[in-house]
Amino acid sequence: MADLKLTNVKKVYANQVEVMRDINLDIKKGEFIVFVGPSGCGKSTLLRMISGLEEISGGTLEIDGQVVNDIPPSLRGIAMVFQSYALYPHMTVYDNMAFSLQIAKVEKGEIDKQVRRAAEMLQLTPYLDRLPKALSGGQRQRVAIGRAIVRRPKVFLFDEPLSNLDAALRVATRMEIANLKESMPDSTMIYVTHDQVEAMTLADRIVLLSAGNIEQVGSPLELYERPQNVFVAKFIGSPAMNILPCTILAPGAQTRIALANGHQVSVPIDVPAADQGKAGFFGVRPEHLLLAQAEDEVLLEGEVSFVESLGEATLLYVQVPGVEDMVIAKQTGTLAIHKGEHVRLCAQPEKLHLFNEQEHAYRQ
Amino acid sequence: MGQLASALVTMILGVLACAAYFYGSNALLDWLFPGKNRPAEQIARNLRIANRIRPWLFVGPAVLVLTFYLFYPVIDSFILSFHGRTGEEFVGLANYQWLFGSDEFYESFRNNMLWLIVVPTAATFFGLVIASMTDRIWWGNIAKSLIFMPMAISFIGASVIWKFIYDYRSGDDPQIGLLNALVVFFGGEPQAWITIPFWNNFFLMVILVWIQTGFAMVILSAALRGIPDETIEAAVLDGANGVQIFFKIMVPQIWGTIAVVWTTITILVLKVFDIVLAMTNGQWGTQVLANQMFDWMFRGGGDFGRGAVIAIVIMVLVVPIMVWNIKRANAEMEGR
Amino acid sequence: MVTSKKGSALTLVMHASVLFLVILWTIPTAGLFISSIRDKDQLSVSGWWTALATSEQRLVERALDPTHQQFEDGRWVIKGNLLPESDGEIVRFGVSSLEPEAYAVGELVDRKDKQIQVFANGDYTISSDQEMSGRRGDRIFFTAEIPPRFTLDNYREVLSSEGLGQSFINSLTVTIPATIIPILIAAFAAYALAWMKFPGRALLIAGVVGLLVVPLQMSLIPLLKTYNLVGEFFGVGSKTYVGIWLAHTGFGLPLAVYLLRNYIAGLPGEIIESARVDGASDFDIFRKIILPLSFPALASFAIFQFLWVWNDLLVAMVFLGNNEEHLVLTGRLRELLGSRGGNWEILTASAFITIIVPLCVFFGLQRYLVRGLLAGSVK
Ligand SMILES: Nc1ncnc2c1ncn2[C@@H]1O[C@H](COP(=O)(O)OP(=O)(O)OP(=O)(O)O)[C@@H](O)[C@H]1O
Ligand SMILES: [Mg+2]
Repeated sequence: MADLKLTNVKKVYANQVEVMRDINLDIKKGEFIVFVGPSGCGKSTLLRMISGLEEISGGTLEIDGQVVNDIPPSLRGIAMVFQSYALYPHMTVYDNMAFSLQIAKVEKGEIDKQVRRAAEMLQLTPYLDRLPKALSGGQRQRVAIGRAIVRRPKVFLFDEPLSNLDAALRVATRMEIANLKESMPDSTMIYVTHDQVEAMTLADRIVLLSAGNIEQVGSPLELYERPQNVFVAKFIGSPAMNILPCTILAPGAQTRIALANGHQVSVPIDVPAADQGKAGFFGVRPEHLLLAQAEDEVLLEGEVSFVESLGEATLLYVQVPGVEDMVIAKQTGTLAIHKGEHVRLCAQPEKLHLFNEQEHAYRQ
Repeated sequence: MGQLASALVTMILGVLACAAYFYGSNALLDWLFPGKNRPAEQIARNLRIANRIRPWLFVGPAVLVLTFYLFYPVIDSFILSFHGRTGEEFVGLANYQWLFGSDEFYESFRNNMLWLIVVPTAATFFGLVIASMTDRIWWGNIAKSLIFMPMAISFIGASVIWKFIYDYRSGDDPQIGLLNALVVFFGGEPQAWITIPFWNNFFLMVILVWIQTGFAMVILSAALRGIPDETIEAAVLDGANGVQIFFKIMVPQIWGTIAVVWTTITILVLKVFDIVLAMTNGQWGTQVLANQMFDWMFRGGGDFGRGAVIAIVIMVLVVPIMVWNIKRANAEMEGR
Repeated sequence: MVTSKKGSALTLVMHASVLFLVILWTIPTAGLFISSIRDKDQLSVSGWWTALATSEQRLVERALDPTHQQFEDGRWVIKGNLLPESDGEIVRFGVSSLEPEAYAVGELVDRKDKQIQVFANGDYTISSDQEMSGRRGDRIFFTAEIPPRFTLDNYREVLSSEGLGQSFINSLTVTIPATIIPILIAAFAAYALAWMKFPGRALLIAGVVGLLVVPLQMSLIPLLKTYNLVGEFFGVGSKTYVGIWLAHTGFGLPLAVYLLRNYIAGLPGEIIESARVDGASDFDIFRKIILPLSFPALASFAIFQFLWVWNDLLVAMVFLGNNEEHLVLTGRLRELLGSRGGNWEILTASAFITIIVPLCVFFGLQRYLVRGLLAGSVK
């Protein structure tokens, strides 16, 4: 129901540490936005600034075109779901959900209607009279979400809502959140997680943060296929992308590069002529490295120093001569390859990535 | 009945007045600076102002009361200690000269030092011993509860209880005081215990030890239970015996708590007054600072200057503990 | 805890020593209680530890004088009972002070021209052929086994004639508001110090910790001075209930703020933020979230403050004075200690009345008390 616009938003804590720098972000009404990033990068801080729980040190935050920097949380039309659920332990599920409406002095019948509607949506009706301590983790999380729904907010804010749940429940609740979003196509949702699977499955757009900066904003597939820099490339995808230092030999539509071991490869990425002879980084995802058949052009070869069989896939850790880090190749199914064997790996040219010296991608 | 009713009315009025302040002042603030149904900029401004004022509505009464009842008196006592009986004419150091020249002061001071050494030590020691023993027996909780019980008894009530124990009957009358009865039973000569100079101090201290041991025990018992079992198991594997484990493994781990218990009791001892007042009123060489001060406050209409000077001495004795406390609290808050 | 297997002897020693210590710690109170319900006459002549034993007492009574004689079956007879009130038993008796135990009960004894007979239940008969004369009755010496006598008379007496009932009400009037007011004030301050941002907060916290140990003796003289002034100004005198409530509030406040702040600061911050997002003001948050969640801490401080105020003597003496109508229990007890120093039946009963309320509070709410103590000390 709302557009959100962040312009040059900054955060400086009392100890003078700048934890957010010049954040610019446009969020459209009805979007599902996920903030991801490593721990401590400022995801929660950004979310809390949007909610109004944390003061904005610089820049402006607009909701529906109105600057809300100084507006208290309750009047911003937002609702927040916390990682620890933050249910009021002394109130029943019903009272927990009704609290905000009671504070707003909504009349009783209306409160009851809203609470029951939310409970219905989240299958919480049988538990309305229980105290939070008599609920399972998943149920508690649903109450926390219900408490947000009841307020009919313009923007939902979630701060790692699933990280206290076990793996199976996390998947189930993730799907519930996806359904919830579907049933409320008009509400904007901002969701913080450090789990990239959650990010990839839920998001319309992902905002990848690192150390107080936005690294890239885009749809999950954009981030996967066209990472703007090495950080994004390594963060999205598991195992992480192999990044090897290289030298640019012949720039052009087809660029020829030399790897550290002297091996030369040609990649279909346009590189400006000015970068000839410069250093750069060459990237390829483990799942794109295949065992080469006789006729393929070999990209990398080396000795397998470690094999991990995961069942549905096999990870080969290959020591490529002249390359410091181990190169990982992910093969589907199980393979009869053992430690010490020599393997030759190839990849489709369009799956290769090339970054300049400053770790920025050549292909935008 | 009428009296009970008037007491009830007084009580309710007193409590209501206090509650009314908090309700009233907050409602007033919300009314002056409404945070709803106004244009956004005005709400933002109102809330900024309200949020700046509200903390002071919350802490205001506490700050006022603390200032008036504790902070200002400390300063005023200091000033009064340079003034005469009525607290009006300035007398310079005369009160201090009087104090340091009076035998009664040295007696009180010596007795206070005795109390300070004996009571915290004994109470902490008994508390520790009892805590470590009761933790290992099945009826330990009942035992603890009974030993803790004197905590609930007033010093004056405890004094009556112990005065009864120290009771002395002259001649061949049967002794009804437990202590003398025991002495007689074992063939000794009954004594008027609380009049025996010097040793009577210890008979008074027993009362406070009796009261405070429970406090030490409860806290130390919790601290002992907080010791990780692994450290003890490791010591057992290393071949330590029970006593060694207790003194070399367990006690060092709860030093911090022992120190807290010790200082808490020390502060209490400095203020001890009721027991001496009730048992001897400072006669027979049992005077202590707090009682002496009380005495001077009212003696012959009261001598504020001399009373204040004694209060200052008590204050000086607590200052080190105060400094230590603040340091500890600050360290704790940074650790949060 | 280590459980030592080898020493069943050691365990035994441990049980024995704990038992010994428990007895040592409870006996004083037990003695007081037992004494307070003993008969006044027994209390002053024998130790309370003999209270349960049947005591053998040598007594002497004078029989009824001859005006009570009646003519029965041709003889003059005086009948009466030596143990009218108690259900004791006489074992031997005598008729002269030289031989007080000369005869067994039931024996018919000739003395001068009378026959005297004493029965175990105390009945006696003195009979004679002639009309008896004389103004006084005969003395009868006897040894009786008197069973223990327990009575509430002592309590009845102190509650009515010694003014303890009045003092009890005074104590309540002082204690209840002096417990509730500081809790209210402290809880608000503790919340602000824990969760609100304002300049000077750290300084205030340090101040509270510092005041924690200020001896209240420091305050007495300056406050007495100020109270006199204020009392004069309003013409109400310096000794009022409001005055003592506020004094107790002041003296209890540092501990209250300290304990409650520690507790409230430990509540999960997300709950408070969640309430803030839900639109609750700080006042709402305090009332609807903090107060219910801090119940254990509030209860434990309430118990502390209650015990401390109820048991206080000093503050009451200074700020409420010694006049009859304002005297609290502790003050009354001290007064009795001076005026009735030897009357143990009064002292023990009064002392027990003053400690019964705190004891009930203590045993009823011990759990909270312990929790509060730990919150304040172990970190
Ligand atoms: N109150 C504060 N004062 C000073 N620094 C803070 C404060 N709160 C957070 N920070 C710092 O700000 C940075 C960002 O914190 P934030 O909680 O937003 O990280 P996050 O991305 O949510 O991490 P996580 O995934 O672990 O939750 C961190 O480096 C943190 O140390
Ligand atoms: Mg976070």
